[in-house]
Amino acid sequence: MGTTQLKLTDVNVKVMAGHDVKTLLSEVNLDIHEGDFATIIGTNGAGKSTLFNAIGGDLPVTGGTIELAGERIEKQTPEKRARHIARVFQDPKMGTAPRMTVAENLALAMHRGERLGLKSRALRQKMDHFLEVTKQTPNGLDEALNKPTSELSGGQRQALSLLMATMRQPDLLMLDEHTAALDPHTSKAIMDLTNQIVADNKLTCLMITHQMDDALKFGNRLIVVDAGHVVADYDAAAKQQLNNADLLNYFA
Amino acid sequence: MSLWVSAIGQGLLYGILGIGLFVTFRILDFPDMTVEGTFPFGAAVAVAAITHGVSPLLASVLAMFAGMLAGLCTGLLATKGHMPLLIAGILTMTALYSINLRVMGRANLSLLNQPNLFAAKFLAAMPDYLSSVVVGLIVVTVVIILLILFLNTEIGQGFIAAGDNRTMARSLGINPDNMQILGLVVGNGLIGLSGGLVAQNNGYADVSMGTGVIVIGLAAIIIGEVMFGNLTLSERLIAVVLGSIVYRFVIQIVLMLGFNADDLKLVSAVVLALAIIVPQIDERLHLRRTLRNGVK
Repeated sequence: MGTTQLKLTDVNVKVMAGHDVKTLLSEVNLDIHEGDFATIIGTNGAGKSTLFNAIGGDLPVTGGTIELAGERIEKQTPEKRARHIARVFQDPKMGTAPRMTVAENLALAMHRGERLGLKSRALRQKMDHFLEVTKQTPNGLDEALNKPTSELSGGQRQALSLLMATMRQPDLLMLDEHTAALDPHTSKAIMDLTNQIVADNKLTCLMITHQMDDALKFGNRLIVVDAGHVVADYDAAAKQQLNNADLLNYFA
Repeated sequence: MSLWVSAIGQGLLYGILGIGLFVTFRILDFPDMTVEGTFPFGAAVAVAAITHGVSPLLASVLAMFAGMLAGLCTGLLATKGHMPLLIAGILTMTALYSINLRVMGRANLSLLNQPNLFAAKFLAAMPDYLSSVVVGLIVVTVVIILLILFLNTEIGQGFIAAGDNRTMARSLGINPDNMQILGLVVGNGLIGLSGGLVAQNNGYADVSMGTGVIVIGLAAIIIGEVMFGNLTLSERLIAVVLGSIVYRFVIQIVLMLGFNADDLKLVSAVVLALAIIVPQIDERLHLRRTLRNGVK
């Protein structure tokens, strides 16, 4: 077991809904170690995406602290956190710029979190590298480098989003149901690619999924979120004892 | 003949306006109403500067800076003031009307007996109608080259990405608000420059010269797109300028048909509406395919 990479301490997220205060996350404590690959399950509205939004900075926390690689980040802007946190969304359209080519998207991702300057993007010099990284994808992304991403299939876009998220090694990779919008075959291909990238780069990764099989099969931890609370947190050994039926109980 | 040549000259000078609008309308993806205030602002600043003894070249640069300032104002209102860009643009545009009157001291300021860029020494040998083409070509070329270089820098790419997909830009650490401000500054800078040049070419600045100018810019963009179809970003900038020239030709033809200058705003609105509608009809009725294959 490695050192702590992500630590949430008593994290609360409350928002105003009309005149009422709505609690989205309540006293969440999490300790994710370096190299952990944790799958996260829970009912719709349980707070899974809210958890990601709080960590990523899209939603301000109303209490508690978030530490990433030893640094307090809960007050940083999302842009600042993007240097260390990469995220792949459920909607394939959200992760890429549609009118820019695959290569242009990848070039931007190489500079994730950097201060952009007036240097030329030097796209041509990067093409060999892009060809190499896209070759490992299952769906012919290497042949589409000069196509605008709007012409890609959903599976190609998610493969591209994954590559972009991991082009520069992030301290934390957050996958938000990133295969949910894909057909079963493509979904499996993208999941395999994900597993390979995470393993190859020894990434620390959180993955939200509604596929119980995936939640069990991938990663070394399993976290269950319900009504804004972390209600269960299984380590690798405990996770191996679990089966589909155990998990479905949480949705009863 | 000279009429058509001067239409080309006007097309080039208004082409800079088209490129400026392209930055906000097509790259950042919103219609920026600031334009209607920025264009006369650039004109007012250039003409006022020249009448105060500033050289025409420097006056043109000042017109550009004035435009950038207007863009900054709209950008700050929209991002820091959290208001829709349409409202922010309308606010700046409205405020600029008063500012333009202040800058000029009156509603119309003439350059009679004053130097201007189109009367520069190296242009003296040419007939008047040709000088606007020469100046227009030089400025358009410089503007397009600089803009292409900028769009190919890291920050230029970040700028395009922010216009394309805000969520994605943020997830890569790009602040879309800052990019929006940058786009408004660059776009309105070009529009101010265009206003300064057009005013010098016309020989005066007028507080009402901004009315309907957004339609002229949009017409240039859309005519260019209709004529040339799918292009790379760099090619599209050239298409905007060509679209602007074609627009001037259309106006010229309309004038020759017996319409007068009072009708021009109506005509420009109709031209833009047609440029937007006709391709849709074409698409629906498959006109192009039918023309190519013959009616079966």
